[in-house]
Amino acid sequence: MSDVADRVRKIVVEHLGVEEEKVTENASFIDDLGADSLDTVELVMAFEEEFGIEIPDDAAETIQTFGDAVKFISEAQ
Amino acid sequence: MFDLTGKTALVTGASGGLGGAIAKALHGAGATVGLSGTRTEPLEALAAELGDRAHVLPCDLSNSEALAALPGQAAAAMGSVDILVNNAGITRDNLFIRMSDDDWDKVIAVNLTSVARLTKGVIRGMMKARWGRVVNISSVVGATGNAGQANYAAAKAGMVGMSKALAAEFAGRGITVNCVAPGFITTAMTDKLNDDQKSAILTQVPAGRMGTPEEIAAAVLYLASPEAGYVTGATLHVNGGMAMI
Repeated sequence: MSDVADRVRKIVVEHLGVEEEKVTENASFIDDLGADSLDTVELVMAFEEEFGIEIPDDAAETIQTFGDAVKFISEAQ
Repeated sequence: MFDLTGKTALVTGASGGLGGAIAKALHGAGATVGLSGTRTEPLEALAAELGDRAHVLPCDLSNSEALAALPGQAAAAMGSVDILVNNAGITRDNLFIRMSDDDWDKVIAVNLTSVARLTKGVIRGMMKARWGRVVNISSVVGATGNAGQANYAAAKAGMVGMSKALAAEFAGRGITVNCVAPGFITTAMTDKLNDDQKSAILTQVPAGRMGTPEEIAAAVLYLASPEAGYVTGATLHVNGGMAMI
């Protein structure tokens, strides 16, 4: 779990150019981390690549926060 | 100027005169080209003429499975698709009152829907690379209309609208999406016209002649180049003054 969180955090920090401490459990990609809708698509693409999983579009829409992403990926693995 | 060394370009309809000229222009600027089309022989001949950096990727865009496979085949052959030129197109001309549903559907499917699907298939790679060029070959009749071409004009105008929407979506990713709208060009498509039809058309062209495929290819090369990075959502009309829009 913590390994997943670290890897997700690293992707978010790199992709959105935000400070690591801002990427908290409830941080919303769009509202708190300055992502636009296309950024969220790209984040999902990056997660798919990093973790070797498929994230269907309807599931991707439910991934709004850092915590959502970690939870989804942990369960998908 | 217009150096495409290290870039990869997928050109549909490369078995035709216009697509062949576009592929040659991009290849001449240093790009690796993927030549797609329905007829393998002319593609092989073009690849042989170009030599290195040319890959033959036969695809019938009206076949949805073949269409879905093309982006992957192109990426496998060339390593990536940095530039996509949606050039393939068909005509099924008829007066609207006589136009069959099938003729309508076929033209929309090949000239518009396949463009959307192919673009979708390559744009993820462009997003990751933070660089991409999509050049859609529209037509003057997409802007002006033309009797007997309701299906073709609708598809070509649809292409322009779609290009603008995509341009807005992807501008922040270094991807530009533009159209080139040829007027009357000497290709197999216009060879079908008889001399009377041709001279009637030429009375409407201030330049007094038909354009050449190379003149379209030059416009595509510009829009595909790094120098055109600030041009997006545009339609470049190459029509000898036939429609000044």
